[in-house]
Parts: sequence; C-alpha cells; structure tokens
Amino acid sequence: MLKTFKPGGIHPAENKLSAKEAIKVPGIPKTVFIPVAQHIGAPSVPVVKRGDSVKVGQLIAKSGGFVSANIHSSVSGKVKKIDTIPDSSGYRKQGIIIDVEGDEWEESIDTSENLVGQFNLTSEEIINAITQAGVVGLGGATFPTHVKLMPPKGMKAEILIVNGVECEPYLTSDHRLMLEKADEILVGTRLLMKAMKVDKAYIGIENNKPDAIQLLKQKIQGGNHIEIVTLKVRYPQGGEKQLIKAVTGKEVPSGGLPIAVGAVVSNVGTAFAVYEAVQKKKPLVERVVTVTGKSVGKPSNFKVRIGTPVSVLINAAGGMPEDTGKIISGGPMMGKAITNLDVPVTKGTSGILLMKGSESKRKKTISCIRCSRCVSVCPMGLEPYLLQTVSEKQMWGPAEEGNIMDCIECGSCSYTCPSNRPLLDYIRLGKGKVGQIMRTRKS
Amino acid sequence: MSNLLIVSPSPHIHSEDSAQKIMFRVVLAMMPALVWSVFVFGIDGLRVTFIAVAACIAFEYLIQRFLMKVEPVITDGSAIVTGILLAFNVPSNLPWWIILIGALVAIGIGKLSFGGLGNNIFNPALVGRVFLLISFPVQMTSWPVTIQSGIDAVTSATPLSFLKEGIKNGKSISELAGGLPNNIDLLFGNTGGSLGEVSAILLILGGLYMLVKKVITWHTPVAVLGSVFIFSGILWLINPELYINPVFQILTGGVMLGAIFMATDMVTSPMTGKGQIIYGIGIGLITISIRTWGAYPEGISFAILLMNAVTPLINTYAKPKLFGGYK
Repeated sequence: MLKTFKPGGIHPAENKLSAKEAIKVPGIPKTVFIPVAQHIGAPSVPVVKRGDSVKVGQLIAKSGGFVSANIHSSVSGKVKKIDTIPDSSGYRKQGIIIDVEGDEWEESIDTSENLVGQFNLTSEEIINAITQAGVVGLGGATFPTHVKLMPPKGMKAEILIVNGVECEPYLTSDHRLMLEKADEILVGTRLLMKAMKVDKAYIGIENNKPDAIQLLKQKIQGGNHIEIVTLKVRYPQGGEKQLIKAVTGKEVPSGGLPIAVGAVVSNVGTAFAVYEAVQKKKPLVERVVTVTGKSVGKPSNFKVRIGTPVSVLINAAGGMPEDTGKIISGGPMMGKAITNLDVPVTKGTSGILLMKGSESKRKKTISCIRCSRCVSVCPMGLEPYLLQTVSEKQMWGPAEEGNIMDCIECGSCSYTCPSNRPLLDYIRLGKGKVGQIMRTRKS
Repeated sequence: MSNLLIVSPSPHIHSEDSAQKIMFRVVLAMMPALVWSVFVFGIDGLRVTFIAVAACIAFEYLIQRFLMKVEPVITDGSAIVTGILLAFNVPSNLPWWIILIGALVAIGIGKLSFGGLGNNIFNPALVGRVFLLISFPVQMTSWPVTIQSGIDAVTSATPLSFLKEGIKNGKSISELAGGLPNNIDLLFGNTGGSLGEVSAILLILGGLYMLVKKVITWHTPVAVLGSVFIFSGILWLINPELYINPVFQILTGGVMLGAIFMATDMVTSPMTGKGQIIYGIGIGLITISIRTWGAYPEGISFAILLMNAVTPLINTYAKPKLFGGYK
C-alpha cells in the first residue's frame, strides 16, 4: 500500500504534457519587471533608483521586515523606472523595471554547472546565506525560507520533508528539476537539514513520476538520513498539511503550523535554490516554469529569469494558440487567471497554463442535490456546502464555527460538485470576512 | 490579440460529472428490476412505469412554468427517477388516474412545494406512495398474481400481509409457513408485490452498480439492512412462533428497494457516513416496529419518511472530523 493522506482528495486528469521536455533557456527578455512583493510578508524596499546600472544577482530591494525577503536583479542593465504594473493577482503592484543590456553577473557568483557537494558550515552560516539570497518557498506559497528555518521559541523541528509531489495537473517543473538536478537537490536537502539541526529528511514523490523516484533512490544509496517516500497520486497531496499526514501520519493541529508536529516542509525547487544560494553564492534570480496547455504548440519547461513577461514564454512555447480562452499563472486547481500578457514571472510562478476557450467557461450552476461529495473530498474535514451557504447569506458566526479558516482553498469541492456550484468562491469570501472579524476581536 | 481573456477564480477545471449524469445512473441501476417486473407482471408493469414517469415530468414542467413562474428545469432527470420509484412502489394493476394523483402529490407536494430539486425534506416518490396508500387502501393493496404462478386469479396477498393476517388470527408461524414463499423465490422475485420490490437480487445488482459508480456509499443500505436483520433477529430468537425469521424480513416487502433506492436518495439523507449509519439504523428499527406491532403489514415507507424528517437534525450533530481537530 502506497502512502497517502486522509481524509478527502481527488484525482483529476494529470495532463502532464511537458513531462518529457528537458529544461530549456528561452533567452533573456529586453525588459524585466521585478515586483517588490513576491513573497508572503512585508514587501521589500528598493535600494536602486532610476538610471542605476545593475548586474545579475545585485541586490535591488532589501527585506522589509522579519517576514520578508531580499530581491536581486535577474538581468544586467539600467533601471528604467520604479512603477506599478498588474501582477498575477490582477492588482497593480510596485516593482522595478530594468532595461536589459548584455548579461553581466556579479563576480562573486559561481555560474558554472559544476556540482559543489561538500560544505563545512554552521547552521547560522547556512541560514544567513539563504537570507541574503532571498530564497522563498518555490512551491507557490512563497513563504521566506529563512523564517521557516528558525522555529518559534519552545518548538523544535525533528524532520524535514522535501516536497516533490507536484500534485497540480499539467505542471512538470519540479519533476524535471528532480530528473536534471537530483544531486543539487540532495545537497540542498542536506544544507536544510544542517540549518534546522535535524538528521532525518523525507522526499515525498507521487508514483506518477517513477523515473524521478528511481533516480533519487539510486543517488541516496548507502545513506539513511534521507528517505524517498513514494506516494499514491492524490490531489492536494502537495499541500503542506496533507504531505505531513501522508509521510508521517501526523495531523498538524487546526490553526497550527507544521512545526507543531516537528516538521518543516520545503519544495524541491526550494532545496535547489538553497543549494545555489549556499554553494554557488547565487541569489534567487531564476526558476523553472512549465508553459503548457492542450493547444500549446510546444509544451515546455523553461529556466526563466524572474521578471520575464509571460508573453515571452508563450512565444518560446510556440506562440499563443488561436483558441486560448484563459491564461493561468500556476496550475489549474489553485492558479490565478491573469488579465494580460505583461504579467511577470515571479518567485512563486510554477507554470503558465493556456486553456482553450471551450475549457475556460464555467458550466451552469443548479441547486445543491446534497450528494455530499464536497464533504467527502474535503482534505480538511470541512462541510463546503454549508460554508458556502452561510457565506452567501453573510452568516459569519456559523462560518467561523464551521472552521472556515481551516480551508486551504485547494478547490476539490468546486471541482467535484455535480451541480457546478461556486463553493470555493463563497468560502474565500467568508474566509476574508471571518479573518477580519477575528483580527478585530483580538485587537 | 482581439479575444478577451476569461478571468475567474480557481479551480479552473471540473470533474465533468453532473447532477444529470448521476440521475441517469440511478435510472440505469433500476433497469434490471424494471425489466423483471415486466416479465413478472406483463405489459402492465410497463404501463404503470410509463404513466408515472410521464406524469412526473409533465407535472414538474407545468407547476414550474405556471404556478412557480420559473424557468422549468426537467432536463436534470430527477423527475424520471421519482416517476420510476413511484411506479416501483405501487401494484401493477393500479388504475391510471390513481397513478396521476400519486405523481401530482409526489412532484407537487413532495418536491416543488419545498422549492424543487435539492430542497425537499421528504423523498417525493414516498410522499406520493404513502398518500395513495392512505387514500386508496383497497387499490393499493390488491396485488395481481405473477404470470409465472399460473393461477388464474386476479389478486393475492403479499407474503407480509398474509403473515400479518395470520398472526392477528392467532396462528403460529409454523402453521402459516405453508402459505409463505421460500427465501429463494423471494430472492429471485417469484412472488407478488409492488412493481419494483419483487426481486431482491436485481435490486442488489442495481445497488452494486451505483456503489461502483459512486452514486451511493455503502453506509445507508448496509445500516438499513443490518438493523432490520439484527432487530428482527432478536425478536425471532425470543419467539420464533410469533416473529418471522430475519432473512424473510430482509427479502420481503420494500426493504431491499427502500434500503438501496429510496433511503439513499441524496437530497433527503444525511451528508456524512456517520450520519447515514444513524439514519439507516433508525429506518430499520422503525420498519420492524411497524411490521411487528403496527397496523400496516409493511413499514419501510413510513420509516424512511420519518427518518427523512430527522435528517437535518442528524446533519447538525454528525459532522465530519476536522483535520487536526483532535477531539
């Protein structure tokens, strides 16, 4: 029996169209737009001004608080201006626009492909390097990694779980990274273990990626500190709480952090970024992005400079198909539909999905037939049909009692509803309101 | 690019399943029992089913269009399910106009008066059936004999009413045993009764299909059948001359039909597995109580309707376990 989480979960069509495509470099764009808020927490503060010359890897915005992250230039050139443009949320966000000139890197960065496996660093030195490099969670949540490595007082990490699940349909960036950068990911994993002072790590991978499982198992032969855990394919297994449950059987308490059960979860992409940050002195200036869709000419995995406009990637993947109806930043279950093609790739962009017009429209909503599928697929043990109704009727008390704040917005309920009800839309609304009410009560 | 992009919140994909597909799976699951009823009761079986289905669809359309003044929704297939279930619950020789009344009550009062699909508290087909049973007791309980029996009679008693009469007249079970069908006949449907209740095995077949297709879960049918079996078993152990054996109880009357097709109705049954088990046990208890001590020989319809009424209460208490809730 393969491990997986309980309760709930779904298994949508995987559509991993780009799984066999090696990671390519699409070329450097003419202009990049680097938002100062690419992570959870306080936005970073720009330290360059209009007209400044910058190199690749140069700090351009420094961390704006404890939960925040440094941001570095992903290109060399001149700062054109500091302005706002719409990002994937649809709102205009502040960012730094840089006109590209050449490709000149900071001298301190090791840009070779050579593997640097050895290290002799203390926990503090590793965390410091990660902080400097502006590494954040690359699975999509973009929580600053260095903050995760410093648990709150009284709590101690016991295990590290590296997330190679990639449960979102279509996305293959983590899969490709595991196949092409397995050694680097393992070094990154060891660095994270050292930083957290733990001696056990698990790498969780779903069994639809047998090649990655086999390769990593082969690489860790002899060692017993890192263990590869093969998981049954089930969405949302890449969710932090679900992955911990699948690997350890433990449930993170309602409203609590993974550290409450002694676990810290990091994405494989993050482990790779940690390797580069510590061993290569390379800040987080590029990431792997899957560009895919049923009508896309060449579904691809690209190594992309942060700040590259989405349009550049779409062109590199064979151009925009005629029948495109919706463009999603991220996967089809949790990604955001973007409003225009100038939206930049940020640290949290794992994929760009082009959906056909016929796939893009929602179907007509009819009455709830109380089939209870939303209840049985909810990985958090909630009652989505009820939370939707109370949110729709603005009954925030019952919404809070129904533990609406535990919703992880995985979308399994809306996906599965045979009446096509907009369950998650209303639950999101309710979460926003209930969150506000709870904060007001506290203050 | 001239086309505008569609922007909507996640998720951006859908399971492709629909309420309509679920309803048609239920219809498909009832087909074996329907075909068998035609085999057993002749063309009359088809006549009753056709009238009931057509009437349910027609009433749904007319009431929505002219009384509720909303856009009629009859394509969801739920009226077809109600129609077939209603037909399954009446004798095959029921006059057409009684069927029409049943359909009107089922759809009009049982379903649309609550607001239509998904909002009804009681199983519409059972509302119709119980209304007819109370209003037309003679027509609703004169059962045509099966074609296979070869007897040239018009009506016969169902095994349960034969048993009830006998016990009331002071006879013991062993004295009555000769007049009762054996379990094999009951299993394969070689006996009198309502259209859809005659063959236990074909109903089980339909139930298994729905289980595989995830239209239903095991909780409700297993809880109903289990509690019928256990409670009647306890009575049987106490006095086998007064109380019939539990296998007979499960195979007769509408227990199988009720447990698999009526109690599992999504709209009127609880949302969680835990709740469905409580609900199913309640149905079994009430069914056996009515059969044993009540005025009617059969009790599953009343039992399901009573437990339908308790469903919202069950939903309030039988909550799913919160992830990380530690209770």
